[in-house]
Amino acid sequence: MTGPELVILALLIPTAGAALIALTGRSPNVRETVTLVSAFALLAVVIAILSRTLEGETIVTGAFQVIPGLEIAFAVEPLGMLFACVASGLWIVNSIYSIGYMRGNKEPRQTSFYVCFAIALASTMGVAFAANLFTLFLFYEALTLSTYPLVTHKGNEDAMAGGRTYLLILLGTSMVLLLPAIIATYLIAGTLDFQSGGILAGKAEGTTVALLLALFMFGIGKAALMPMHRWLPAAMVAPTPVSALLHAVAVVKAGVFTVSKVIIYIFGLNFLSETGAGEWLVFVAAFSLVMASVIALTKDNLKARLAYSTVSQLAYVVLGASFANAMGLIGSGMHIAMHAAGKITLFFCAGAIYVATHKTEISDMGGIGRTMPVTMFAFLIGSLSIIGLPPLGGTWSKWFIAAGAVDSGHLFVIGVLIVSSLLNIAYLIPIVARGFLQRPAGIAAGAKVRIKEAPFPCVAAISITALLCVVLFFQAGAIEELLRGAVSQPGPLVAGGAR
Amino acid sequence: MIAANLPALQVVLPLLGAVVCAMVRRGPLAWGVALVVSLAMPLIAVGLLIQVLDGSTISYALGGWRPPIGIEYRIDIVNAFILLLVSIIGAVIMPYAKASVEAEIAPDRQPWFYALFLLCLSGLLGMAITGDAFNIFVFMEISSLATYALIAMGQDRRALLAAYQYLIMGTIGATFYVIGVGLIYTVTGTLNLADMASKVGEIENSRAIIAALAFLTVGISLKLALFPLHVWLPNAYAYAPSMVTCFLAATATKVAVYLLLRYVFSIFGKVFVFADLPLPEIFLVLSLAAMFGASIVAVFQEDIKRMLAYSSVAQIGYITLGIAIANKLGLTGGIVHLFNHALMKGALFMALGAVFYRVGSVKIDDLAGLGQRMPITMGALVLAGLSIIGVPGTVGFISKWYLGLGALEHGWWWLVFLLVLSSLISVVYIGRIVEAVYFRPVSSAAKRATEPPLSMLLPTLLLVASTVYFGIDTAASAGIAGRAAELLLAGLR
Repeated sequence: MTGPELVILALLIPTAGAALIALTGRSPNVRETVTLVSAFALLAVVIAILSRTLEGETIVTGAFQVIPGLEIAFAVEPLGMLFACVASGLWIVNSIYSIGYMRGNKEPRQTSFYVCFAIALASTMGVAFAANLFTLFLFYEALTLSTYPLVTHKGNEDAMAGGRTYLLILLGTSMVLLLPAIIATYLIAGTLDFQSGGILAGKAEGTTVALLLALFMFGIGKAALMPMHRWLPAAMVAPTPVSALLHAVAVVKAGVFTVSKVIIYIFGLNFLSETGAGEWLVFVAAFSLVMASVIALTKDNLKARLAYSTVSQLAYVVLGASFANAMGLIGSGMHIAMHAAGKITLFFCAGAIYVATHKTEISDMGGIGRTMPVTMFAFLIGSLSIIGLPPLGGTWSKWFIAAGAVDSGHLFVIGVLIVSSLLNIAYLIPIVARGFLQRPAGIAAGAKVRIKEAPFPCVAAISITALLCVVLFFQAGAIEELLRGAVSQPGPLVAGGAR
Repeated sequence: MIAANLPALQVVLPLLGAVVCAMVRRGPLAWGVALVVSLAMPLIAVGLLIQVLDGSTISYALGGWRPPIGIEYRIDIVNAFILLLVSIIGAVIMPYAKASVEAEIAPDRQPWFYALFLLCLSGLLGMAITGDAFNIFVFMEISSLATYALIAMGQDRRALLAAYQYLIMGTIGATFYVIGVGLIYTVTGTLNLADMASKVGEIENSRAIIAALAFLTVGISLKLALFPLHVWLPNAYAYAPSMVTCFLAATATKVAVYLLLRYVFSIFGKVFVFADLPLPEIFLVLSLAAMFGASIVAVFQEDIKRMLAYSSVAQIGYITLGIAIANKLGLTGGIVHLFNHALMKGALFMALGAVFYRVGSVKIDDLAGLGQRMPITMGALVLAGLSIIGVPGTVGFISKWYLGLGALEHGWWWLVFLLVLSSLISVVYIGRIVEAVYFRPVSSAAKRATEPPLSMLLPTLLLVASTVYFGIDTAASAGIAGRAAELLLAGLR
């Protein structure tokens, strides 16, 4: 099979999976098998694409013209490759976890849940492999729409209210800010193709570039740059596997991925650092980074705290990209993967606690480590990775981002990073400490505590992702190598060069 | 023989069909006649479009009287596109009509209903095809009178009031139109549009011409429901029989837009519309008022037919916005939106007609929980709703893209933001429908509802599919609209 065919296949597998899931909805076991088989098949295809890319093959599909200038086309480049690997790999784990969670909670409408999940994954693949801004925008919106039924899955008033915020902010930012930015880009550059070195270079003036960048950065609402972050906490009403999808697998990652992609391939690193148009973004991202951590401290609801933690961690990615240099971009690209592994572990744990004990507030979780030791240990690992301590993945991405800050001369950012890490410790570690050190409520001192973990698929999934945090620490070199291809200029790059 | 007389057949066939319908006096038979005629219309329209696709013009002398004395049917790519649109919508709606009409119209009135429908169709096609200013008026009256009667056939007694209201407003519009034509006639001495265009160009900025333009613009704007001349539309759409609403929403206002395009660009354009008079600015302000005002009103409607009627007023604002922008990209956006809006509104009203057929109401409360009872119809409703919002991959996005490009090219960058902001309002009202349909418990009215018969479902799905298809492959829609825009703008030079 040729490279372009593989890319198309990566889009078709989850789509076909969605159709099959809808057809086999009557028998849950067959339905779940379909989900798992599609997930594994997708990962296999993505790995096949990866190995070809690593061999140096440039994969570009043919273009379908919608309007002259607007084309649907796909091309594989390093950043998208990484994103596709993260999303497809975590889909497997997430599916395993979903099976345990959805059955354990006896959730209604499970078929439509799995269908929307598969469609969301197909959209994610479209975002990852998009060869131009229009294709990316198309799948970006498809991702928003396909996750809306997931966010509102519970179907009650809260879910509806959360869904409203989710849809209005994500659709609103993308329609009101991102779309005009795309239109303007097209008018200025005459193309929307992602090209090495950017397409705007030399075609626009300083103020225009800064304004355009602002439209892009705030228009990509999925990146949750403050003040466009409100949808993330609102979406907390969703079942936990959906939160994991939102926070780790697809949605926010699609956001920060788009941010990096726009900065590298639309603006171009050299152009952006020469014009200094991205200077303001450093401060906005740094503010978002610290502020969200502070808010996280005040939240007692575990999922809400994790949501604000995500807002803060996404700001790392944007921050890294805002330096517009190789180190920063490698750091931000790497952080997509590292944060995904860490945050999915934390969310899985939150969900497991909910399935096993129906507790959602942190203040009720004293001593939970005694009844759910595996879960809480995994929570510790995930926390340490988010904080950025070795031997866990999060260490490296933060390292590269800090290096990017030094390269671009923003030394104050180092201070921001230190403060942020301390805040991370402050809002994550107490949960673990209380879990292990406090005595469970209602159990007398010295009495034996019975272990009661979540259903097996949940625990298995948690263990896998926690292990992944460790593995990523040792495999960071491979990711760095992959990403260098995206930021070294001129590099063997995307669509534009090949066409 | 047939090929040469295609222009005449396009109008005469439905006219004769109407007579036959009135004579057969039996509902199903009349439907059969109407179906055959409606299905023949797109074939003729395609035949005409193919002939003018290369940029040429068909001139057909009706009854053998040479223009400019006799009536001329004059077809170029602009009105061929409109003819095709109107006849396709007619053809898609007719199979759908049978079940809907049987449920909503008394049996003894059904033949009359179909006769009136064909008269209306013939009038709309006539308005688009003819190249004679007074002939346009005649066809305008044919279609309008038929429309008044069709609306009055709605089950709700308020349909009578709505029809009466439309009658008054429509007659004022038609009268203004005739006054405008009369004024031009006194100055140019011709009623033939092509002839008129050349003669108007010779006359300098006379007061009679300005008055004529004013009367024509107001008259036609009433017909196309340009804000604030839209007040007849929501009631007319809300109380008319379902099938009539579908047809009117998709076609009637579109033909009026065509007339506006014709007069503003082809006839007056040369002289002063765009140079001396603030007509683009007026259209700009009114379009924006429609886009925001009507959209906001739509949000607060309880009757979904009314909601979508207000949404239509807003969407017409997008079309006239294209006229105000008046460069190639913007005008292409306006014209392609004319086509796209017909598809999506047609689809939406057809899905609603199916709801009315099963539930007997289109109040938002009665639609509650319908997602479980009529999943296919509701899926169609939501997809067509996404088009209204303008999600990429649907026709709505294509229109917005062109309008946005046009506005930016014109230097109106702020307009781009207003454009997208107004479509954000549509997220709210479409979202209201979605929440009712999927998140609320099944209403008592909807308890026993099931999917509508296939004869209603398939045409609805066909239109919905086309809103996606023409959102991805736009060679036919935006391609032709672009050529039409070029042709119209050529009139300005």
